[in-house]
Amino acid sequence: MFPPPLATASGGGSLGTLDHGSLYHVSKEPPQMTLWLTLAVNSIAFGGLLFLLSAGFSLIFGLMRIPNLMHGSFFMLGAYFGVTLLAVGANFWVAALASGLAMAIIGGGVERLLLRRLAGQELAQVLLTLGLSFIVSDLCLIIWTGDPWQPLAPAELRGVVRAGGMIFPLYRLAVVVIAVAVAAALWVMVDWTRLGAMIRAGVDDAPIARVVGIRVSRLFTLVFALGAALAAFAGVVGAPILSVYPGLDADMLPLALIVVILGGSGSLLGALVGSFMIGFLYNFGQARFPDLAYVILFLPMLLVLVLRPQGLFGKGGS
Amino acid sequence: MTRVTAPHAAFALALVGLSTVPLWVGNSYYVDVASQILLFAVFALALNVLVGYGGLVSLGHAGLFAVSGYTAGLMLQAGFGHAVAIAGAVLATLLTSAVFAVLALRSTGIGFLMITLALGQILWGIAYRWADLTNGDNGVSISTRPAPFGMSLSGAPSFYYATLVVFLFALAAMAAFERSPFGASLRGTRDQARRMTALGYNVWLIRFLAFLFSGFWCSVAGLLYLYNKQFISPQVSALQASAEVLLMVISGGTATLLGPIAGAAIVVIMKYVVSAYVVRWNLVLGVIFVAIITFMPEGLVPGSVRIWGFARRRWRALRPARKPTAGAPP
Repeated sequence: MFPPPLATASGGGSLGTLDHGSLYHVSKEPPQMTLWLTLAVNSIAFGGLLFLLSAGFSLIFGLMRIPNLMHGSFFMLGAYFGVTLLAVGANFWVAALASGLAMAIIGGGVERLLLRRLAGQELAQVLLTLGLSFIVSDLCLIIWTGDPWQPLAPAELRGVVRAGGMIFPLYRLAVVVIAVAVAAALWVMVDWTRLGAMIRAGVDDAPIARVVGIRVSRLFTLVFALGAALAAFAGVVGAPILSVYPGLDADMLPLALIVVILGGSGSLLGALVGSFMIGFLYNFGQARFPDLAYVILFLPMLLVLVLRPQGLFGKGGS
Repeated sequence: MTRVTAPHAAFALALVGLSTVPLWVGNSYYVDVASQILLFAVFALALNVLVGYGGLVSLGHAGLFAVSGYTAGLMLQAGFGHAVAIAGAVLATLLTSAVFAVLALRSTGIGFLMITLALGQILWGIAYRWADLTNGDNGVSISTRPAPFGMSLSGAPSFYYATLVVFLFALAAMAAFERSPFGASLRGTRDQARRMTALGYNVWLIRFLAFLFSGFWCSVAGLLYLYNKQFISPQVSALQASAEVLLMVISGGTATLLGPIAGAAIVVIMKYVVSAYVVRWNLVLGVIFVAIITFMPEGLVPGSVRIWGFARRRWRALRPARKPTAGAPP
């Protein structure tokens, strides 16, 4: 039901890249300083994963005004696709990309075949995605059973990096690098390309964008597929850390929701900042107040709602 | 009220039917199912205040329902009496509703839905994770049901009658609300918020009070649930539970008195029937959701009427075309 914490309260000894099989593996209690640093690395890695998940969510919400309640399902289904491919011996990155591609097709299909029929009825669209998420979660339970799957990190990233007498797990650093690279790529796409300009136009004012000849409906499908692909990719990349289990979708969806409420819908920078904030809160909360970690996550969201309802980086109005 | 109309007769008939359920159902298991239909009908009526009349779709109502059940359950466990526990539960739920309302009414439409969803998740997080307070996944169980006026409610039929009385109160409250100026002003804020503001109404306050009204009946439903099951667990506060009650409202038809009741009956019965054959209730729930939204967005009752009318028109349009072909050969 709940994502296994990246660092358990047992003291971050579960850094676990040396021994990927057991997340809850307890090693010797590291010194306090190292504990904090470890938590920080885990937080950044988790933040990176969250960004991969919520960037698509944010773009979909910003452009189509749909909080896509099956975004967590994309994440989980993608992760299941990935671990299945890994189980039959595929390369890790091939599995991640293939899973992303498959989910892009599924996501695009959902948008074209179902959401499109309900154009303009936001509420019906939300409820449709909610219904689909229930279907997906139960189908996953039927197909992949209730046992968690936890793949190994790719072989070349299983080691650790030693710096200044401290040990950093390589895979978590790699996750951060991937997230930053994707963030940069998305930023270039949105801010520097023609496609990005069209998406921005669609986010700002869809009717006017249509008037000037932008095919907003095609953009919808594209962005939806892209968001689904990113979520699935994140699911596979996150699988060695989070593992894949029934209920992963319901665990990740609220996180994406908080990130977007925090950062402001349609804003990539907001999604990035929000993701890292939540990544830190989640890991430090988990270590210090394990009982209330989940509740603590929502506090900044409540603050933002009261003080700045459009989100930290959101545009006013709406 | 001078003439006895068809609706009056139907209502009287339904009342007779409802009040004799334990007599003709017999099996106490099914009487219990009937109690659950009624208590979920109260829950659905409560949500319908916001969804139907206010146009505010909440996905966090299971949280309010759970606050009520948990508060009463924990207070009973701590040794308080039933009256105190019930009062405490209603109070706690009203307070939570007020907090929900203040935060969620920063926005309407999709924003409202997202905020209520997130708030509902917080309550789920407390119910599930704060094990010191809520006993986590093991839930809270209570040993006794209350005995109002010295009547024991321990049997299924007696509990059914108690639920029926509460349900009728809820129905009466909803009917009064629907006709009241307050109900009219809430519908006004749904349809023409800007115009209502221009007319001098405080739109925010109307919505806030509607939220409290809805929260009150949620807490009543939560209490009924707790006493019915004598057990409450984090599952009742999960997103699925919020979605289920929303499905009750939508499937029956929003902004009507009977819609949520019909929806509650449909969903509860379906849940029991489906659970008897397959374990995949969530799958069925999802399929129903998708089917209703795709084919009958206005709700099952009006939707069936529309599809029936459509089929009949098609049938009539087809028939004259057949006559010549049938008469042509000779």
